[in-house]
Amino acid sequence: MHAFLKTGKLGAGAGGPSSGEGSKKAAVKKALVPWVEKYRPKTVEEVAYQEEVVAVLRKTLEGADLPNLLFYGPPGTGKTSTILAAARQLFGDMFRQRVLELNASDSTTVSSTRPDGRPCPSFKIVILDEADSMTRPAQAALRRTMEVQSRSTRFCLVCNYVTRIIEPLTSRCSKFRFRPLAQDVLEDRLTTICRSEGVKFEEGVVAAVVETSGGDLRRAITSLQSSARLRGGDVVRVSDVLDVTGVVPDELITHLLDACSANSYEGVKERLSVLLAEGHAASQVMSQLHDVVLANPHLSDLSKAAICEKLAVCEHRLLGGGDEFLQLLDLSCTAMQHLGRGA
Amino acid sequence: MSLWVDKYRPKELSKLDYHLEQAGHLKKLVEGGDFPHLLVYGPPGAGKKTRIMCLLRELYGSGVERLRIEHQNFQTPSKKKLEIITLASNYHVEVNPSDVGIYDTVVVQELIKTLASVHQLDTTGQREFKVVILTEVDKLTKDAQHALRRTMEKYIATCRLILCTNSTSKVIPAIRSRCLGVRVPAPSVEQVAQVLQCSVCKKEGLNLPPELATRMAEASNRNLRRALLLCEATKVQQYPFSKQQELVMPDWEVYLRETAAKIVEEQSPKRLLEVRERIYELLTHCIPSEAIFKGLLQELVKNCDGELKCEVTSLAAFHEHRLNLGSKPIFHIEAFVAAFMALYKKFLEESMADMF
Repeated sequence: MHAFLKTGKLGAGAGGPSSGEGSKKAAVKKALVPWVEKYRPKTVEEVAYQEEVVAVLRKTLEGADLPNLLFYGPPGTGKTSTILAAARQLFGDMFRQRVLELNASDSTTVSSTRPDGRPCPSFKIVILDEADSMTRPAQAALRRTMEVQSRSTRFCLVCNYVTRIIEPLTSRCSKFRFRPLAQDVLEDRLTTICRSEGVKFEEGVVAAVVETSGGDLRRAITSLQSSARLRGGDVVRVSDVLDVTGVVPDELITHLLDACSANSYEGVKERLSVLLAEGHAASQVMSQLHDVVLANPHLSDLSKAAICEKLAVCEHRLLGGGDEFLQLLDLSCTAMQHLGRGA
Repeated sequence: MSLWVDKYRPKELSKLDYHLEQAGHLKKLVEGGDFPHLLVYGPPGAGKKTRIMCLLRELYGSGVERLRIEHQNFQTPSKKKLEIITLASNYHVEVNPSDVGIYDTVVVQELIKTLASVHQLDTTGQREFKVVILTEVDKLTKDAQHALRRTMEKYIATCRLILCTNSTSKVIPAIRSRCLGVRVPAPSVEQVAQVLQCSVCKKEGLNLPPELATRMAEASNRNLRRALLLCEATKVQQYPFSKQQELVMPDWEVYLRETAAKIVEEQSPKRLLEVRERIYELLTHCIPSEAIFKGLLQELVKNCDGELKCEVTSLAAFHEHRLNLGSKPIFHIEAFVAAFMALYKKFLEESMADMF
């Protein structure tokens, strides 16, 4: 088994020069590469915050066998980056021939996974990205393939929800959960990027980016880059970040709740139409309302529970294709009944 | 002769009438050379499309205005043949994947991937990437959106996507986190009035009284497209304009208002039948069912008070959601009307009983 992984120009040593070459190529097209791609970890050691999986992969790079892997966790925690970095280190120059990357943009039906998973000597790692969008028959077809081909092929499944992967598959893989990144790790990364990109920023920008990202490093970097680009070299301000991330200004939410407290249906309707005319997303409004309602000291626990229940119902309907205005109005009516009564 | 809406559509970022600060930002974005995927969102008639076209012109010059219509054919895995119409110039392609309904995943997988993975033929003197515009992204199925994810990352060197949607609520977070969000708020009433007066009527050589302009802007609900159409319709009806001139409202709105009045007037199975006929009439004239729901709610609520308003609203929200899950709008609208009638009648009877 070691021999199979040891063929070709391998090892971390060989990975070094090749990744150097890659970055040289990237430097030519530097202006066009988004920071997310530019600062994707090149080696496993660079992966932030996921010690468990890094430890296992490091062992693999030193020569131990690689198990079938299943990575799961919320978006932007480095799942795809980790396996790509590991594969690059393992195979060095041979990376392109040895790794097959499949994802939801390739039609992941049974027919496509089967022939590709067949013993093809040139492939040694098959990365199935977004595996949770694979159909059940496709997953079932993978079961036997994984065992039969275990001599020549390793699978790495990457997904957001482990519950969408069928049991027989999960039991064939070693599972790794990717945790949302901690605040200080995020801040650290973002400050490094800012320094190397020469972005000037106002105090509190990094904190704002971290807060709106919710532990999603990709989102944090994208919003940082977007706000830097919008400013085009000037100092980035907190308001830019909030604008780019689509956060609804606090005063609009407070106005809405004020209208609810005043028990005026017309007022609520008016505020809501302003909110939507400004182009704010109903889902964002809902999630911010949730925070505000929970923190409201004037509401009894029972009212809070009732409002949150309605919130859940409306959110569900919204995702099911319901109209934004009607659903928000319904939610606000419930809030109005409770807030108005409390006052 | 084209409609005013098209005739006076600004073609350059510097010629836009409002959101000037944002236009400046967009310009900087183009100058920076480092152009990201964009997600343009805002209410209808706010000027999303105008801004996208201005941006393209800024990127590629006037060549983007020479458009051609293409019919693309492709096959689904189940061997069904589909055709989709795209609008393309040498530099960009505009597709509305939701045209093909549930097969939009195939469009994303086949069409967009093919477009995205091919390099521009001649990169000297122009951008290295082409642009694909996807409209009505909120109508895409979840599968299609998932299929977009990796395409967006993989072909970033050759292609940029501009997604255009009314609301980001129905766009999955994975896509949102890959794009630069550009929010286009609806213009304020003053801005609409100003556009009507200064940008359009002046160029047309018409004299529009400020009061009438403001009234039109208010009637259009901050939707500039609607305001322009309304203005043109009003002009056809009577010119020169007078201050008290009546605005030409769409006849379906009037019809809907009458329907609501009928519902409030009497609650009986017989009346329900009449209302049903009227709703059928509206639906056969292609009035969107959301608009019917909103219009009905707005009118019905006027006759209710306090608690009852909330109940009616929640009824509307409930039935509107079901309408989106089902396939026959008439069932759900009728169910809503029937539920309202029951509620309203009970309310009336109770208040009668209280009186005596």
